[in-house]
This record gives sequence, structure tokens and C-alpha cells, in this order.
Amino acid sequence: MKQSRTLNVILGLYVVLIFAFVFAPIIFSMIFSFNSQRFPTIPLGEFSTEWYAKVLADPDIWKAARNSLIVSCSTAVIATFLGFCTAYSDFRYNFRFKGPYLALILLPPTIPLIIMALAMLAWLSKIGMSGQLYSIIIAHSVLTAPFAMAVIRLRLNQMDPDLESAAWNLGGSEWQTMRHVIVPFCKPAIFSSLFLTAAVSFDEFAVSWFVSGLNSTLPVVVLEIVQGNIDPQVNAIGTFVFLTSMTLVVLAQLFFASRQIKGMHA
Amino acid sequence: MSKPLVVFDKVQKHFGDFVAVKELDFEIREGEFLAIMGPSGCGKTTTLRMLAGLEAPTFGEIRLNDRVMNDVAPHERDTPLVWQSLALFPFLTARENVEFGLKMRGVDKAERKERAFKWLDKMGILEFENRHISTLSGGQKQRVALARSLVMEPQILLLDEPLSALDAHLVIRMQAVLTDLQRELGITFVYVTHSQSEAFAMADRVIIMGKGEIGQIGTPKEIYRAPANQFVAEFVGRNNILAGKVKSVDGGTARITTPSGEFTVPTNEVNLVKDHNASFVISADLVHIATEEPDGGNKAYCKLISEEFVGSMVTLFLEDAQGHEFKVQMQERELSKFDLHSGDEIWLSWDTQSAHVLNES
Repeated sequence: MKQSRTLNVILGLYVVLIFAFVFAPIIFSMIFSFNSQRFPTIPLGEFSTEWYAKVLADPDIWKAARNSLIVSCSTAVIATFLGFCTAYSDFRYNFRFKGPYLALILLPPTIPLIIMALAMLAWLSKIGMSGQLYSIIIAHSVLTAPFAMAVIRLRLNQMDPDLESAAWNLGGSEWQTMRHVIVPFCKPAIFSSLFLTAAVSFDEFAVSWFVSGLNSTLPVVVLEIVQGNIDPQVNAIGTFVFLTSMTLVVLAQLFFASRQIKGMHA
Repeated sequence: MSKPLVVFDKVQKHFGDFVAVKELDFEIREGEFLAIMGPSGCGKTTTLRMLAGLEAPTFGEIRLNDRVMNDVAPHERDTPLVWQSLALFPFLTARENVEFGLKMRGVDKAERKERAFKWLDKMGILEFENRHISTLSGGQKQRVALARSLVMEPQILLLDEPLSALDAHLVIRMQAVLTDLQRELGITFVYVTHSQSEAFAMADRVIIMGKGEIGQIGTPKEIYRAPANQFVAEFVGRNNILAGKVKSVDGGTARITTPSGEFTVPTNEVNLVKDHNASFVISADLVHIATEEPDGGNKAYCKLISEEFVGSMVTLFLEDAQGHEFKVQMQERELSKFDLHSGDEIWLSWDTQSAHVLNES
């Protein structure tokens, strides 16, 4: 078994390298966020929280954080609702043009973000809805609804198709069945979808930058700072944004995993 | 005779070009245990689903208590179904599952709890009330599914192959539970199955279905001893079927010539005409075997092909000189007196009254 041990070591190294490649920039950004020097150079200066203090004292950043929070929460709710409705209509009904219908719903993530952002800006300004906070919410909902749909549709696949009929058979109307059977069954996927879409929305930059106008979100503010000068504040904000997104994604995965385990028992 | 609870009046069900149910005309009596049996794809489950309102008949009428049910939504009926997959709600506990129907009907919390307790107790699973469905065994789930339907206190309970997922020993136990329940509650059970042993063991009457049509309706004994036609005779199994021409008719009996020989059969109510085709069956358990040629009567000389043991019963598969298959069913201890080996040749015989002439259709 010596050969497979060598192979294991190589594979292990490979995984470490991949992780290093992905996370090194983020980790360096985190390290420099606690560095007293203005320029990101080695050797490092002293440990310092001055950049965090500066960030917290900046009202523009507070406003952007508030915007990001509002946008990501609203997007999560709207996208999950849309995703649930499409997933259920796909699960339950057969109709003409169902193929094109599903293709259209799943299309947004395949469009390059910059094209999507431009199109959104053109469209929203045409109907007089650009430059507002709700413009970002609309654009982000379009962008993230397919993720919600995919997560919830997967869950519905695991449902015994007799379950719905069984609820009707026991006297439940369609709405009662939706409330007492379909939604409870999909609950883990619904939570998973809420966290996932919130995470995607929270750190999405391109579309926000185009349609936000003066209501910038955190990623947009970061770019504005970097464009002007070199400011380690960016590292501090980056660390915060990264931790928030990671927490949301991990929560989404936890719900996803618990669902899989329960699915196996059932 | 009790009055009909359900009437199927010339009911047909089409799925596009496919005709699942050709024409159903039958009644379900109040308080009976009716089994609908047939091979898969015969339309038995579709029939049950129409009764529950999950499918609408394409033509004809289904009446429950004289009310036409065709357009009544499933949730407005009182026809709980026990599903083949059980279809228990996996995110609820055993008790919450049982309470589900009552909750949908707006029964208040205290009464719901009380009725759920009563039925969980009756089914012997009260101790599992707070357990989640995934932690219960197959037999326990089965009981939850039954309690969930029976707590609605319906007039009629529909069962769609509910025992097909259980181990053999559990099936026997659940059969006893079901028949006891049905007798005790006095409600109508409609039980769909492909299993002859389940249908015959429990039902008062059995409907044999094939290709969307009714082959025969009758008590298990009628169907077993006097199948109405070739389809039923073959489906019920363990029957010897002989086909030939009528040679003569003499009062209550007739002589029929087949490739395997000439036999005497009772005509029963079947109108046999000289020189017309006719076929008859003899149940495998009514055929006797002998090493010496019997004097007179109905007999056939056969070669033993194989044996099949099912517990204490043995089925012999034999073939006569013309290659026609015969089946004989007997007690293992009876058979052991003969010391037979495959390839041995023996005589088969049966009483004239054991034969049953089929209605040609």
C-alpha cells in the first residue's frame, strides 16, 4: 500500500495548494487590516486596530453597510419566494412550453455579470426605477432566484409524490396542504436558500455598482475608496464582508447537510 | 342483503388514448370487506383512486350514499386511503400524523389529542406517540398510517396494497389486525391487492380485474372453486384448465373431448352445445394421484416434471403424453407415501363434480 500513501500525500498537497491559492489573498488582506503601516509591505509594522476604528467612524461606510444589509435581506426573501414558486410549479404541473419556461428562469446566472448589469441599468432607467435601493433589490432578486429554485427543487425531488394527495385525502384543501405539508417539508431548503441568496447579494459588486446610483453597498464603497488612494480601511471592510458571507454560506450548507442526512433516514 | 354504499355505474377512465378502466359496473355493500385483485396494470389502483377523488372518471358515475361523487374534490370526501407508500408526513411525530386530518377539518386541539390517543392506543403504538416517523419500524409505521385514516371515523376505508412492503410474518399479523378491525368497526373496507392470499384471507367478496375489466365478483370460495372464465381461472392459479369440444350432453353432465382424453363434467348453469368448444377447470387440490390405473372416471396418465414445496403443501407439475400441463396440490405427508421422482409416470383422477365448466367469452 506504499504507492497509495505516496498518492495520498500528493493529493493532500494538491488540496492544500488549492486552498492556499484561493484563500491566501483573503488571509493577507486580513493580516494587513491589523497592520499599523499604511502600505501593504513586509516587514509588517505593529499590531493595530486603527483601520477598524477609522471604518467605524466613517458615516459613509455605515450607510453602505446598512444598504447592503437591507438589500441582501430583501433579496433573500424575494428570491426565495420566487424560487419556491417556480420550483413548486415545476414539481406539480405539466404544461405547454414548460421547457422554455424553466430555461428562462435558470438563465440569469449564465449571463456575464457586466452584460446583466448594463441591461439592468438600461431597463431600470428606461422605466424610471434606477438609482434607488430597490433597483439593486430587483436586480439581485433576478440574479439569485435561480439558486433558490435549484435548492428548493432538489428538496421537492425527495418528497414522496403521494404526500400531497394524502393531505387532500385527509381533508386538507390545496392551500392547507401547501401550508401544512409542502412548506414544512421544504423548510430546510427554504432556510438554505435564504442564507445562500443573502450571501450572493451581500458581496455582489458589478450589478450593484451599475444600478445603485448614490445608494452604494459595501463592495461599491470599497471600490470607490481604492480608486482614490491606497487605504488599509479596505482590508478591514474586506475582512468584515468576507466573514459575513462565509457565515451565511456555512449556515446554508448546514441546512443543506442536515436535510441530506434526514433524507437518508426517510 | 345490505344496501349498496358505493355504486360504480358504467365507469370508464381514459388517460389520453390509454383506457385504464374499460367499464366498471358494480356495488360496494355497506359493512363489507371487499378486495379488488388483479395483475399490475389491471386498473385496480385507478379504481380506488377514482373512489378517493384523486382521478375523475372519464365516463359514467360513481355514487356514494346515492350522491354523485364525480366532481367532489378529494378533500371534501370522507374516503381516507391507506397508501402503498404509507405517505406518512416525515416532519411530524406519530401523534401529529394521526391528528393531521382532524386538524384539516378544524377539530379543536383537546379533542384532536383525545381522539389521536384513542386510536394510537387501539393500534398498540401509544408509546411511540412522540417519535418521528423515520425512527419507527415498518410495522409501526403501518399502524400509524391506519390510525391516521381511522381517526377520521369514516364510513369507508380504502387500502392500496398496504402490506406489500412488510415482511411475510408481519403480513400475516397485519391481516389479522385488519380483519378484526373491520369486524369490530363494521365499516366498509375496500382493499386493493395483487396478492391472492391477502384477498382470499380477508375479504368477504373479491373482484378480479384484468385489463380494465371485471373478470368476476364473488366470495373467495366461489372464485376459487368456480372461476367464471379462463382469465380468472388462470389468475387464481393452481388450476388445471382443459379445452376441447362437447361430444354429448346428458342431463346434468356432458362429455368433453380434449387432446388429453375424454372427460365427464357437470354442466352447471352453462349452456353446452354438442360440437361446440368448451373448457373446464379442476382445482389442483381436488386431483388425486395413484400408481395403478383407476377404474373408470376421469383420469390422465402423466409424467412428473417438478415439485414445489410451500410449507406442508406440495404442488406437483406433471405433463401428459400430449404435453399438456397438470398441477396437483397435496399434503407433503400424503405425497411421501408414493416415493416419487421426477420422470416417474403416475395416474391422475378426479371426481366429476370437482370439474367446473367455464363460460366462454
